[in-house]
Amino acid sequence: MDDEPRGGLLDQSGMEITNLPERGFLRKLADWASARSMWILYYCTGCGAVELPPVMTSRYDMERYGMGPMATPRQADLLLITGYLSVKTLKRVVRSYEQMQDPKYVLGHGSCTIDGGMYWDSYATVKDVGLYVPVDLYLAGCMPRPEAILQAVERLQGMIMDGTADGWMRYKRDYKFYRENQDKVFKRGPDWALEEPVLK
Amino acid sequence: MAWSTTTWVMAALAPIIVFLAGHLFLGIARKITARIHRRRGPPVMQQFIDVFKLFGKRTSTTHSWVQDMGALFAVIGVIACSLFIPIGGDPVLSFQGDVIVLVYLLAIAPLGMALGTGSTGNPNSAIGVSRGLMLMLAYELPFAIVIVTIIVHFKTASLGEIVEAQKGFLDWAILSLPLSAIAADLSLQGMLGEKPFDQPVAPSEVASGPMVEFGGKYLGMLMIWHAMSVVVEAGLFVNLFLGGGVLFGGGTTLALIGNIFVWLALTLTVFIFSIFINSVFGRFKMGQALKFYWGFPTLIALIGLSIAVLSNLGVF
Repeated sequence: MDDEPRGGLLDQSGMEITNLPERGFLRKLADWASARSMWILYYCTGCGAVELPPVMTSRYDMERYGMGPMATPRQADLLLITGYLSVKTLKRVVRSYEQMQDPKYVLGHGSCTIDGGMYWDSYATVKDVGLYVPVDLYLAGCMPRPEAILQAVERLQGMIMDGTADGWMRYKRDYKFYRENQDKVFKRGPDWALEEPVLK
Repeated sequence: MAWSTTTWVMAALAPIIVFLAGHLFLGIARKITARIHRRRGPPVMQQFIDVFKLFGKRTSTTHSWVQDMGALFAVIGVIACSLFIPIGGDPVLSFQGDVIVLVYLLAIAPLGMALGTGSTGNPNSAIGVSRGLMLMLAYELPFAIVIVTIIVHFKTASLGEIVEAQKGFLDWAILSLPLSAIAADLSLQGMLGEKPFDQPVAPSEVASGPMVEFGGKYLGMLMIWHAMSVVVEAGLFVNLFLGGGVLFGGGTTLALIGNIFVWLALTLTVFIFSIFINSVFGRFKMGQALKFYWGFPTLIALIGLSIAVLSNLGVF
C-alpha cells in the first residue's frame, strides 16, 4: 500500500533510479574505495548474527574484501541488519542509521528483514525493514550461509561502484515517507537529535 | 642556521616518506596478522584505500571546533616529530637536546586527540582518553630511563650524534646496552598501542575509545596520525639502538637514498616484531599494564642505566 517510493529494491531489471547525479572522476574513485573498504556496523539482535563469525574468521575471511567490524555508527559504512527486528529495537536501528556518515549502505540479512520470515504473524516484529530505513540489498534465506553473505557483499560492491547503491540518497529524498512509517511504530523522545544531513 | 639543499629536500620529503611508509607498514602488518590467523588478509594497500574512502565520505559530523583542532593537532604533532627523527642518518632538525624535545613532542599528538575527543561528550571516549593517559604514564617511566641511559652512554643528547656514534655494527647500542634495548622495546609495545597494551582503543570494551565519535574525515585524520606515529616511534627505536640505518657512508645522495631504505627496513622489522607479540596476546587490564611497566621494564632499565653510568666512570 504505502511502499510506493521504494522502487524495486531487489528487482534486477528495474531499480527505480531515475535521477542519479552525474559522478566525476574523483567521486567514482571514492566510490571504488568505499566498495573496497566497507566497515560494518552489525545490528545483531536477530539469529543471523551466528552466521557472521565464520564470515569474519579464517574460513571465509571477509577482510579480503577490506571489510571489518566497527565499534560505532560514526565509523561504519554498512549497516548489517541480521534477522528480525522487534518493534522495540527498530528505534535503535533508525537512530544508528542516522548517525552513520554518507554514503552509507544497508544490507537486509535474512528473510525476516524482507517479510518477517518465520515471524510473519508476530505482533512484536517489524515485517519489512525497507519501510523504515532504505535497504540497498536484501539477502534471502533463513539463515543465509556465509557463501551467500559473501555473494551479497560482492553484489553490493558492484552496486556501489556503478552508483546504484543509493539508499542514503533515497532516505533524504523520501524522508517524509520513512518518517511517517517510523512514527507509526515508535515515538521520538525530546532527546532525539536528528542528524543534520538528513534534514537537508 | 643555513640549511643545505639536502636538508631542505629532506624537510619536504620526511613527512611524505613517513606517511607512505606508515600506511604500507600497517597494510603489511594486517597481512601478517591475517597469515598468523590462517586467513588470506586484505591487500597490502588496504590502509591507503581506507584513508581515501574516509576522506571521500560526503558528511563528517563534528561536535565543535575543538574536535577539528584535536584532529589537526594530532597530525601536525606527528609531522613535527617526523622532522626530528633522523631518516637514514640525516635529521632535518638537529641540535643538542633534541632527543628530549622529541620525547615531549611524541606526547603532543595523543594529547591533541584527547583534546578533540574530550569535546565530543561521549563517555566511552572519556574512558579511552583516561586509559591512554594512564598507559602513557606507565610506559614513559621505563622509556625516560632508557633515554637518559642513551644520553649517558653516548655523552650527547642529539639524535644525529647518537646515530653518528653507532657507525659500525659493533657500536650499535643494542649490543652495548642490551637490557635498555629490551626495556625500550617493551615500552614501544605500549607506545604503539599494540596488544597487550591496546586498552585505550579496545573496541569491545569502550567502543574504540577516543575515536568513538569520529567519522569521515576526522577518523581519516586520526588514521593518518596513527600510521605516521607507528613509523616515528619504531624509527626512534631504530635510531637509538640499531644505528639509525646508516649502512652506506660517503655522504652522497645515492648513499642517503640507500640509507633511507635501510632505515625503513629496520623500522619495519621493529614494527613487525611488535605485531608478532600483538597477534598472540590478549589484552591486559589497565592495572595490570601499569603494574607490568613499573615492574620488570623499569627494573631492567634502571640496571641498564647503572651499567652505563658505571662504565662511563671506568668501573668496567
